[in-house]
Amino acid sequence: MRIAVCVKQIPDPATPYNLDPETHRVVRPNDQVLDDTDRFGVEVGLQLAAGDDGSVTLFSMSPSGSLQGIRQALAMGADKAVIIDDAALAGSDALTTSRILAAAIEREGFDLVVAGTESTDGSSGVVPQQIAELLDVPSLTFARKVEIVDGGIRVEQQTAGGYDVAEAPLPALLAVTSGVVEPRYPTFKGIMQAKKKPIDMVTAADLGFAADQIGDAGAGQKITSVTAVPAREAGEIVEDDGEAYLKIVALLEQAKVI
Amino acid sequence: MTTWVFSEEIDGHASASALELLTKARTFGDTSVFHVGAGSDAAYAELGAHGATMVYHLATGDRLPGAPAAAAFATLTEEHGAELIMFGMGNTDRDVAGRLSARIGKPILGNAVDVRVDGAVSVTSEILGGTQAVVTESSGSAPALVLVRSKAFPAEPSGEGVPETTPVPMPDLSHAGSAVITESHVEESEGPDLEVAGVVVAGGRGVGSAEKWAVVEGLASQLDAAVGATRAVVDAGWVPSRLQIGQTGKTVKPAVYICAGVSGAMQHLVGMKDSGTIIAINKDAEAPIFAVADLGIVGDLHAVVPKLTEALQGR
Repeated sequence: MRIAVCVKQIPDPATPYNLDPETHRVVRPNDQVLDDTDRFGVEVGLQLAAGDDGSVTLFSMSPSGSLQGIRQALAMGADKAVIIDDAALAGSDALTTSRILAAAIEREGFDLVVAGTESTDGSSGVVPQQIAELLDVPSLTFARKVEIVDGGIRVEQQTAGGYDVAEAPLPALLAVTSGVVEPRYPTFKGIMQAKKKPIDMVTAADLGFAADQIGDAGAGQKITSVTAVPAREAGEIVEDDGEAYLKIVALLEQAKVI
Repeated sequence: MTTWVFSEEIDGHASASALELLTKARTFGDTSVFHVGAGSDAAYAELGAHGATMVYHLATGDRLPGAPAAAAFATLTEEHGAELIMFGMGNTDRDVAGRLSARIGKPILGNAVDVRVDGAVSVTSEILGGTQAVVTESSGSAPALVLVRSKAFPAEPSGEGVPETTPVPMPDLSHAGSAVITESHVEESEGPDLEVAGVVVAGGRGVGSAEKWAVVEGLASQLDAAVGATRAVVDAGWVPSRLQIGQTGKTVKPAVYICAGVSGAMQHLVGMKDSGTIIAINKDAEAPIFAVADLGIVGDLHAVVPKLTEALQGR
């Protein structure tokens, strides 16, 4: 089975994010990390591939920088990566991102596309569904458990009140939550092997996109303003000395809820 | 101005987001609803009471709604025209919106907390944990697709009557529409509704396990509070997703918000930062939740919360 896993490198969430005052875009450092939500997609891809001698190819559209985040996913065990890194893509919206990823995946060939539910930094939360529609395949989303069944895939899917069991035949797209599996940590051997794994660098033009279809020019939306929201005033922070619950009781009394 | 609102039937009712969106959409003019699910008179009456003049209904049966609903919605909006198409942020909303966006080649303005129509459609969204408000304008041709966060607009009846309803045929999509639902499991819940409760007690991954979750429920029960959770807790399967607070979950503004083992990820903060009084208990003194807390206790929640619950007994 040929498994395509969509991944994203993001600035380390433990560091403050900066916006470019001109473009309003997140400033992306050279060293980015693998989005934590993608570790689950990579792990699911690896487990499903291991079951039938399949392959796992990573697909990512972003300024590649040092490729640190991509190497993390390769070190987990993915076979290769296809990176669409093109200055002309700067300012692309989610739909353009989906079109680029779908084109790259289609060119490579696939039986199953795996993605996280939403990225940590952008959080549009619709890229997996857009890719599925562009590839004309069924989409199983918000998956919390995954298994391969005869000719297809079966998931437990989060719903408002619990979960549904849903199935689709392959080829299909699967978007997973962070409860679906326990992602492995790369081993030393994995990290060493990752350095030698193939990384294909692709441009938007290689995939047949014209300059006016991508980046700012191709985006059907533009940011018109960014303003700071007034911050809450910091409150009182205390170490628990065994009696700190009394402070909560006092505040609840003050708020008249007890 | 032709506005459409997406509605999903859940337990015999129109989705809460649909009623909130209708309340806003009717200020823009005539509003039609695309309703997916069983199609009950009660749901139609709710949609009508909130300003829907026409409801188009698609029954998807045991099919997963994403692909067929997107295809049917694309046909409807092409036939009847559309300047603005509004969705909530529920799972089905996002499945249908994402597929519709790709199908008709229109981008999505997401995570909206406000929507304006002033020539162009523009939305306000909050990024970086709600510290920055971003206004994004649709610059392409109509329709504009927007995804709106819960409680961005209050649901208020307009006093209109039952809307006209029209059934929509199930599109034939062959492979892309072939995903099916084979089983549904609903987990019962007790206590007040998360979005209207005066007090919310929320737990995060720091609670530790599903077995230890009772510590959150015990405090909530003592305070007659609603129980909430972070996405990590929902993803771990400890509680169903209707308890999720944050960007893709519920937005809550209770008088008092108490959270235990919640670190305060950006996606969580946008769902609760406008609460009246925020009380946080977390063992990590560096946790971002303390930046918005009125009272922060640095300590073990499994020591602090049981003592608190006990102290509140009989009050």
